[in-house]
Amino acid sequence: MVSLNSYLILGALLFSIGAIGVFTRRNALIIYMCIELMLNAVNLTFVAFSKYLGNMDGHIFVFMIMTVAAAEAAVGLAIIIALFRNKETVNVDAINLMKG
Amino acid sequence: MQLLMFYLLGFGAVISALLLVTNKRPVAAAMSLITVMLCLAGLYVLLDAHLIAALQIIVYAGAIMVLFLFVIMLLNIEEKSGRLSNRKIALQFVGILVVGATLIAVAGLIKISPAQVTDGFGTTEAVGKMLFTDFLLPFEIASILLLAAIVGAVILAKRRIDD
Repeated sequence: MVSLNSYLILGALLFSIGAIGVFTRRNALIIYMCIELMLNAVNLTFVAFSKYLGNMDGHIFVFMIMTVAAAEAAVGLAIIIALFRNKETVNVDAINLMKG
Repeated sequence: MQLLMFYLLGFGAVISALLLVTNKRPVAAAMSLITVMLCLAGLYVLLDAHLIAALQIIVYAGAIMVLFLFVIMLLNIEEKSGRLSNRKIALQFVGILVVGATLIAVAGLIKISPAQVTDGFGTTEAVGKMLFTDFLLPFEIASILLLAAIVGAVILAKRRIDD
């Protein structure tokens, strides 16, 4: 039997790797993928807790997170397309119009 | 057997995630992300979350990643260097390592013995029943959110009329 801790540690590892990606990569598309990875790590934690507490509410949360992730991907990618059309780049260092 | 599958899928997920973070080419990164999602779907099956495992493959590995690949294809980005940004990068890296280590340490402290899993745990029937009784309002709000996202995506991505 796999312990709950193993799942939580795996979730924390994936979340941290995703966070490292968000902070170190400069390609907006890859940053979006890393955000998806972080959402997935949270989903794993939800499902693991759901199993070990014998309560299925966590599955509903995961369902809602997937909905939000789909909406976020659609709108976010549309924003990236609009940015690319205006600035010809997806490097987030070059997108500094609102920088004070 | 369960332990073996957990380690297999877990290592697969972590290695693919590292490949995603380090890869220069967006298409290869997207492929690694699909591998991560497939590994996670396997883990969901181990956790008796059958509906979520199916949704993971259909929605994430299917729909969302196809959207990503379409955008990568559409934009035709040639990454000149693919280098990591070097400003303040060490500081950020150390910060994330500290936070990650704390998360992992906290995760290792939690002790919950597995509950007795009831019949039909995580099946489409059980989750669907909950979704249409206790969680009906959030479910309906999710449909409004998706509608807003569709409209927003179309408006953002379409060309302006004046150019």
